[in-house]
Amino acid sequence: MAAAAASRLLRRALTPAVARRRFSTAAVAAETPPSPLPSATGEEDAGMVSMKGVRISGRPLYLDMQATTPVDPRVLDAMLPFYLSRFGNPHSRTHLYGWESESAVEAARASVAALVAADPKEIFFTSGATESNNISVKGLMRFHRARKRHVVTTQTEHKCVLDSCRHLQQEGFEVTYLPVRPDGLVDLDHLADAIRPDTGLVSVMAVNNEIGVVQPLEEIGRLCREKGAVFHTDAAQALGKIPIDVEKMGIGLMSLSGHKIYGPKGVGALYVRRRPRVRIEPQMNGGGQERGIRSGTVPTPLVVGMGAACEIAMKEMDYDSRRISALQERLLNGIRAKLDGVVVNGSLEHRYPGNLNLSFAFVEGESLLMGLKEVAVSSGSACTSASLEPSYVLRALGVDEDMAHTSIRFGIGRFTTEAEIDKAIELTVRQVEKLREMSPLYEMVKEGIDIKSIQWAQH
Amino acid sequence: MLRAAGRRFLRLGSEHRAPTVAVAARGYHERVVDHYDNPRNVGSFDKNDPSVGTGLVGAPACGDVMKLQIKVDDATGKIVDACFKTFGCGSAIASSSVATEWVKGKHMEEVLSIKNTEIAKHLSLPPVKLHCSMLAEDAIKAAVKDYEAKKAKLAAGNAETTQTVKVATA
Repeated sequence: MAAAAASRLLRRALTPAVARRRFSTAAVAAETPPSPLPSATGEEDAGMVSMKGVRISGRPLYLDMQATTPVDPRVLDAMLPFYLSRFGNPHSRTHLYGWESESAVEAARASVAALVAADPKEIFFTSGATESNNISVKGLMRFHRARKRHVVTTQTEHKCVLDSCRHLQQEGFEVTYLPVRPDGLVDLDHLADAIRPDTGLVSVMAVNNEIGVVQPLEEIGRLCREKGAVFHTDAAQALGKIPIDVEKMGIGLMSLSGHKIYGPKGVGALYVRRRPRVRIEPQMNGGGQERGIRSGTVPTPLVVGMGAACEIAMKEMDYDSRRISALQERLLNGIRAKLDGVVVNGSLEHRYPGNLNLSFAFVEGESLLMGLKEVAVSSGSACTSASLEPSYVLRALGVDEDMAHTSIRFGIGRFTTEAEIDKAIELTVRQVEKLREMSPLYEMVKEGIDIKSIQWAQH
Repeated sequence: MLRAAGRRFLRLGSEHRAPTVAVAARGYHERVVDHYDNPRNVGSFDKNDPSVGTGLVGAPACGDVMKLQIKVDDATGKIVDACFKTFGCGSAIASSSVATEWVKGKHMEEVLSIKNTEIAKHLSLPPVKLHCSMLAEDAIKAAVKDYEAKKAKLAAGNAETTQTVKVATA
């Protein structure tokens, strides 16, 4: 009898846990699915979330709106029918599925155009702002390669613009990377000097993703019009947040992104001026969709999502802007009330309020992020980038190298609440104080030693 | 006895999740997080105390500065206490914290043989963070060197304390 019990025990032990359960749909539905990726073991027990060696009680507060935004539920409502029932290809000309899909795409196009005061014929859908930037920079210059050989851009542009320019340099074009002032804004006189008769494109982003500064688009547009260069702006972070008017701002090309305005990821748009016509060479060849500018099936659900997001942004831009400004003030004042040595990176006046990039003196960015595991924010510190270089944007601002290592970017959005801001203040202050206790630099400053006078031993 | 053995078998059988070696491709090892959350030996000794050696290495421009101090028993040459302060990422903090733990109770010559690879292995540092452990090794050496320099100076009868902060080169 003992042998029977033992053999039963042994059999139970040796059969895998999954096989032991009885096969029924209820059991399968109730079973928690195993983690699909072997490298990211995320287990949840009693509300605790554990991932990558970090245990926190619940999901972190999301304050990284510049990286991406949650999809607005109203946008998702608009998108779903186009996945489930109205799933036709908008280029199918022969049946209802195609026709209704096409009309949805055109309606979305009109919504996007309305938000930037453009004509719907000037909006082309792409896979995102990165693709739009690529088409703008490379497409325009390659079309005009005979007469226009020069591009002007700034040092704080998004990587995709800078990389496209570098690619053009390899093709034989010349590129001027303009420095910016310490407050992040481009110097208009330097810009005027840099534009030459053979300058085809001037590319200056509207709102910077790292520091949030808003460039003087109207002035830049006027300058470009006078000098006969096309003005391209990467408005991924600006769409729906600051008012954009392509006529007033003299914009010739503009890149837009869906997932920065509470829309879906994987879609963006490109604005191409028709009067006077801006000519570009398509970078995606194929069936000639999107008037030949960008071949490929237009993803109806994503495009409908972007259109819905733009419509909502048009209605709610003012309200959001006021609310987010108030939250930004709350955050900055809350932190400044309890900590000294807090520096705002980039101009505070010419800034989109939802982006607050702060440097905390004597505290390193990655260690601060490690302590702020209950708040999702990002940093411009070297350790958080793959290379050990601090953020190139902060360096372009002329921020001291030791301060470039200490920056944290807080992103406030439509769904951020006061309670989240208060909690973020509390956690940030606590972590900064703890790290300053641990910091030899803080200790030296308290003793009255001037850190800049020390000769550091290089590695 | 059989039941206990069976229970052990059962526990073995139920572990069909991925192994709990928390070395993800770009995550922190548990030990690094532990040293960060509960740092050991954070603090400062009096710089001018003759039995204290101070090692200050790194540069703010690189994003890493470590100050490691050791308190040495003059008679035996043993390190009786150690403390640290670090400006740097989580791995740098953990490396210096580990360094202070390891030097306590050891002889000065012994600690000179602590290698950065041992610290890195203990914390499972990824390749991009190896320089943090290198800095910790340098900090230990610098602290020992500083103590010996102080001892030599005292022995030479020179009791003048330097005004400017000098950084010991590793």
